[in-house]
Formats: sequence, C-alpha cells, structure tokens
Amino acid sequence: MVTTQEELPRAHRPHDGRLVSGVCAGIAAHLGLDPVIIRLAVIGLSVGGLGVAAYVALVFFMPPAPAAPPDTDTAGGRSGATAAPTRDRGQLLAYGLVAAGFMVLSMLVTPGFDPALWLIVFGALGTGILWQQTDADVRGRWVASTNFRVRQTWVRSVVGVGLVMVGVTGFLAFRQELSDAREGLSATLAILVGVGVIAAPWVIKLVRERDRERQERVRSQEREELAAHIHDSVLHTLTLIQRNADDPKEVQKLARVQERSLRAWLYQRPADAETTVAPALERLAGEVEEAHGVAIEVVCVGDCPIDPSTRAVLQAAREAMVNAAKYSGTPNVSVYAEVEPEEFMVFVRDRGRGFDLDAVPGDRMGVRQSIIGRMERHGGTARIRTEPGEGTEVQLRIARTREEEPE
Amino acid sequence: MTIRVVIVDDHRLFRSGVRGELGDSVEVVGEAGDVDSAVAAIRELRPDLVLLDVHLPGGGGIEVLRRVLTQQPDVRFLALSVSDSAEDVIGVVRGGARGYVTKTISGAELTDAIARVADGDAVFSPRLAGFVLDAFAATDAPPVDPDLDRLTQREREVLRLIARGYAYKEIAKELFISIKTVETHVSSVLRKLQLSNRHELSRWATARRLV
Repeated sequence: MVTTQEELPRAHRPHDGRLVSGVCAGIAAHLGLDPVIIRLAVIGLSVGGLGVAAYVALVFFMPPAPAAPPDTDTAGGRSGATAAPTRDRGQLLAYGLVAAGFMVLSMLVTPGFDPALWLIVFGALGTGILWQQTDADVRGRWVASTNFRVRQTWVRSVVGVGLVMVGVTGFLAFRQELSDAREGLSATLAILVGVGVIAAPWVIKLVRERDRERQERVRSQEREELAAHIHDSVLHTLTLIQRNADDPKEVQKLARVQERSLRAWLYQRPADAETTVAPALERLAGEVEEAHGVAIEVVCVGDCPIDPSTRAVLQAAREAMVNAAKYSGTPNVSVYAEVEPEEFMVFVRDRGRGFDLDAVPGDRMGVRQSIIGRMERHGGTARIRTEPGEGTEVQLRIARTREEEPE
Repeated sequence: MTIRVVIVDDHRLFRSGVRGELGDSVEVVGEAGDVDSAVAAIRELRPDLVLLDVHLPGGGGIEVLRRVLTQQPDVRFLALSVSDSAEDVIGVVRGGARGYVTKTISGAELTDAIARVADGDAVFSPRLAGFVLDAFAATDAPPVDPDLDRLTQREREVLRLIARGYAYKEIAKELFISIKTVETHVSSVLRKLQLSNRHELSRWATARRLV
C-alpha cells in the first residue's frame, strides 16, 4: 500500500484535518477513503516497525499542501491569528499521544525503562524541529519576513541543534562508546568545518541575492506608483491645458492646481494631512486657489495639532483668503503662519486695492462675523490693516491651549 | 552700468524665458545647462552674477558653487528654483548663494533681486525666510557660538515680515528703520546661515525632507 502511494502523483500533506503531519489524511484524500482507515492501517503496520519507517519516509517525501495561505505558519487552512493557538494545541495533543504510545510500547517490550530512550527522544525532537525549519525557510523566501520571524527561526535552529547534540553525545556516553567515537567525531567535525567553509560563500551569495531581489521588487513597485501618479495627474492636466489653450485663465488655474498637488505629493508626508495646522492651511489655500484662480503662497513656521481654537483660526484664515482672492484684485496672496510656544498666528496679506474698514456695512458677514466674530468667540484676536490702495493684511492670533502641546 | 549675468538652468525654454523677462539693467552674457559647462562659462565670462538652478545634471547647483567659489570668490550667486524642499533651499544658501527665489517670481521682481544681490545684499523669498526662522528655532540646545547660532530679535522681526510677503520698503516702514538697515539685517542673517556650523541646521533641513 505504501509503495503504491509513492508512485501516485500529487499526494499532498494537507494542513486541514491532519493529526500528526498529515500523511494519513493526504493518502486518504488521494484515495478517496476515510482517513481513519489509513490511520488504523499505519498503526497496524507499525507493530512490525514497517509502518513507522514508511510514515517517517512519507513525511519527507510528500510535499505539504501548496494552497496553504503563507502566513499561517505550520497549519494554514484555518485562517486568522485566532485559529493559530487551537491548531497548535491539537497537534501537540497528537504528538503527545504518539509519544505516549511509544513509551507504553517500549515499557511493554522491555519492562525495565531504558534511560537511553530519553536521549533518543531528545535527538528525534531536535531533528523534527530542524526539519520543520526547512518548510518555514522556503515560505520565508516568498513571504516578506519580519524581524520577529527571523529571530524565531534562529531560536528554533539553536534549540534543534542543541537537542540533537545532547541526544547523540548522550547516547554515545551512555553506551560508553564516547571515547571510541572521539576520533570519528573529530574527523566528522573537521569535515563539517570544511564543508561549512566551502558552502559559506555560496550561502551568503544566495542570501544577498534574495535581499537584492527584494529591494529590486520594492523599487519597481515605487517606479510603477510614480508612473501611475504622473499618468493620473500630470499627463491628464497637460492634456486639459492643450485643450484649453485659448483660455489663459483656465490654463493658469489648471497649472496651479497641478503644481500644488505635485508639490504636496513630493514634499509632504500624506499621513498628517489633517492632524496638524500646517498641512491643513496648505490644503485650505489650495481650495481657495482652485475656486478663485489666484496664487496663494503659504509659508509655515512650526506646526501644532489642530484643536478647536486653532481650527477657528484656520477657518478665519480661509475666509480672509477668500476675501483677498475675491476683492483685492491682485493675483497673488501671501499667507504666513507661525506656531510659537504660547501663540498661533496667521497673516493673510495681499497687495490689492484695499478698502476702508469703517465704510464696510455692518451686515457684511465676511469680515465681521466669519473673521473678527469667530476669533473673538474663541478667545483670539483679529486685526485688519487696510487702506484704500495699500492692500490688506488680516492678522489672526490665538493663545495655544497647553495640554495640546505636541509630544 | 549693466549687471553681467550668466543663467544656469537645464531647461532651455526656461533660460530663454528668463532672458526675455529681465529688464534693461541686466545683460545676459551666457547660458549653461549643466555643472561642467556652467563652471567653464563662469570662468571664461567672469559675470557679476550667476542665476543658478538647484537641480542640475552633474551634481546640482551646490557643485557649481563649490567649484566656482574656490576659484572666483567674488562671483555672486542667486539661486532660482522650483523646489520647495528645505534641504535644497538651505543647502544652496549654505553652499554660498546670496539669495533664493522661486521660479514663479515676476520679471520685475527678479530684476530687482538681481540688482540687490549684485550689490552684495541678500535676497530672501518668503519661503526661505520661513525655513530660516524654523531652522533657528528648531532646538533648545545652547548655541556653540552665540554670535552665529542665534538670530537677534530684530533679525527675527525682519524675517517674519519677509515671510509675510512684505517688500524691503514695506518692512522699513513697518519697523521704522531705513531700507539700508533692513538690508543689513538680512545680510547678517545670511552670514549666520552660511557660517553657523551648528549641525542642527543641516540636520533640520534633512529632517524636513524626511518627514
């Protein structure tokens, strides 16, 4: 039965529904039988020792099921982190039962418990760990390995090697054959060192190549992202500009909008777009620019988180920018924001026609309500300096709330 | 007397655009599109002033500054770039440029800035002023050389007004000082920016790039 299995192609050790390593489940699935039958057959064969040997051989020869999701380490199938502990326990139980079976068996065969058995168990355990390792390594090559995974791999290797060493030397010592084996051991050690020296450059090369491939992949992803961005935004805008070539105002607007978005993409971290005042101010300026076709240059010194009072300043600043864009008659507006330990200030300035503040009717919402009123409600001040022909500057100041300090 | 200028920029269209926009007080004597030809042109033509782009094939504007200023320390540089990155702006000024303006500047303003730099003064765009304020405020560490590592109250005020979009004339009026005094303050800030070896400055610029 075992030999027939070997000849059939594509028998895999599944991750689902396995008890020890999935050999029986794999054979059963392949033959369309109930796994219990196969398991009983293997146990039956094991009485003569043949079953055990065949089983161990099959563990190595049957590949694990390939469809397993790469992240769920040894037992895939059931996805998600929550499933991991249960499968571990289930397998542990199975291994424990197998071990117990062997112990009972050996006690039956030789009533006096042989301590050498422990050493064999140690050796077997270490070998098992090391062999499982190869699986994890193969997977690690395809999965971006995290530091944690690497460390885990190292710990496993060391433990495995340690256990095998204890098993082997202990066994020899127990049999009083250690002194006889010493010469053989030293020869083996020498050979191992030699092989290590020969293999090391090759292994190192493999590892380096793997790293290089990974970097290359990351780089090509970046290139693709860049190409996609340029295509979506820049090329698109250039097409629009060509189509609107006879409308200078539209062309200018398109170019400004594109310039702003490209700058934001190149020089700003996208993550803090809405949590601190500087990027928020840039965004507001961009919106006003887009809506009113003026160029607004924003300069920020320092930065701080947005809280209710700084948000009020931002809104008042937006209103001031809109006013400047609509009424000043100049194409350029300067915005300057400074965050000091005690104070947050924004200045919105244009060199336009200016106006007579006293002549503004009281029902004009813009200046009185949206700027001065809003600032006063939040405990800040708004000062407007303007004279006909002298341009306008709106100065907004507000005290910073202490507990909102960054860090 | 006209100011003899060499334009260094790798975009030919931009060079000819600038050439057309500059006023009569400026004579463009040469153009260059990369570091090597720029260095050669400056050596041969001995201009009063170089309009220098930050990003150039062959090492960038900083490389031009490094190679020219060791040979001809009296050539004045005005950096002209589209870049908004603090690393570029601070880098090129620390490298020896006497000013930094963005390419969106109007022809008249550029002509004005050229005259000012050719006179030995400094020209700060609002953004550069903002960067400088930010860089000098970036640390609480005690300065190594208080004379170089700290801005005076007055210099700070001047920079703040530049950042707010004020012209020198308007700053003078605002602070009740003469235009000459404004220029002195700005030149003094430039000197501090170039000579202070407080490494926070360069570190700050790099960090700005990374955030």
